[in-house]
Amino acid sequence: MNLRTPLGAEVLDLRAGDTVTLSGTIYTARDEAHLRMMEEGIPFDPEGAVVYHCGPVVQDGRLVVAGPTTSARMNRLTGFLIDAGVRALVGKGGMGPEVVEQLRGRGVYLALTGGCAALAAARMRLSGVYFEDLGMAEAVWIIEADHLPLTVGIDAHGGDLFRAVREKAKTQFHQRFNINQDTVS
Amino acid sequence: MMVNPADPALSSALADATERALQEAEIRLPPDVLAALRRAAAAERDEIARRELGNILENIALAAERQVPICQDTGVPVVYLTLPPDVPFSPALFDGVREGVQRATAAIPLRPNVVDPLTRENTGDNTGVGMPAVHVTPGERLTVTVLPKGAGSENVSRIGMLLPSQAGEIPRFVAETMLLAGGKPCPPVILGVGIGGTFDMAAALAKEALLLPVDTMDDYEQELCDAVNALGIGPMGLGGDTTALAVKVKRAGCHTASLPVAVNVQCWACRRATVEVKR
Repeated sequence: MNLRTPLGAEVLDLRAGDTVTLSGTIYTARDEAHLRMMEEGIPFDPEGAVVYHCGPVVQDGRLVVAGPTTSARMNRLTGFLIDAGVRALVGKGGMGPEVVEQLRGRGVYLALTGGCAALAAARMRLSGVYFEDLGMAEAVWIIEADHLPLTVGIDAHGGDLFRAVREKAKTQFHQRFNINQDTVS
Repeated sequence: MMVNPADPALSSALADATERALQEAEIRLPPDVLAALRRAAAAERDEIARRELGNILENIALAAERQVPICQDTGVPVVYLTLPPDVPFSPALFDGVREGVQRATAAIPLRPNVVDPLTRENTGDNTGVGMPAVHVTPGERLTVTVLPKGAGSENVSRIGMLLPSQAGEIPRFVAETMLLAGGKPCPPVILGVGIGGTFDMAAALAKEALLLPVDTMDDYEQELCDAVNALGIGPMGLGGDTTALAVKVKRAGCHTASLPVAVNVQCWACRRATVEVKR
């Protein structure tokens, strides 16, 4: 399925593990941008918007590379965006249980392959910037995306592929090394 | 030919070689790592994992085509020099490497990642106090090898001071490192394992192990790799057969009362390149 921004209720049908592509306007935001938006307000229309966890390399108004950063850093900074209508978060590594609950019935988390900075940039065009004073990595860049290849990591039904994989890995580890589940975290 | 220790020509030649090595490492993966990724993609049974590996392979091709870094975390440079008998160990070596890193940062360009550890002030050119780390060993030719190291994988690396009776528990320690790391280090990873030496030496061995070719593993390395892959963490922590492309081990003698074990985690973008210094 190709998603196009602004996103609507179609994202609520997605399930963790589904593949989608994403086209249209997206906004980068890392730690500093989240803090600034909490203080000063969201500079773009959040209704149906997509927030991309990314600190790109920008040179002469062009995206050189723009892969995803670790989303979990934004675990405690995300709720206000979803409350304001943001429908999807794009990043790598998944997010915490609080975000899984915040997304329930409202939005999804989409995983972009970590390290794929050239691939991402090849499907993106820079179209503007907010909070440029925060610096290259922390500013909110406005990007036109063209068919970004994504995997649904967290769906709107509480499904979390990252958590499921972690739990299986833990079970496998305990079995292989004969560890009593009660005594080891 | 004897070289003057203050020889600016040596510094300059080393700077050129360092810049070229970084250019090569940041944009193109070494053939053995690329081959390991291709093998993993062909063998992977999990559909999501196959897609992730497909994205990685497409990304590698696009980085080469566009002449841009493979990943936006261009890392911090770790540098290894081999020094032939006719080149004196001198500050000129360190000056040359430093200049090469500064030039590469502006030219490629690289993300300026090096900051003061406490004030977090960014030097802007990927050098700093004691950085780049330069390791020198004797050799036949003057060569510079760079290993740009990203933070996502470096941050989940571990060292353990095991008991001498716990040699059999090393596979568990290695697998546990990846269990704790999950998708954070951008798997499929390559693990460098340092066993023995002293506390500091085990960590250095683990990093040096990342310089070894990944297309062969001995039985012990294979056993460690199998234990990690059995976890099913898969590319990016989304599940699958391929969590580690390879595990490489380097050992050193150690105190009879000690067993240091270090695991240096490396993401799939195991960037390294060696250039011979022209002089």
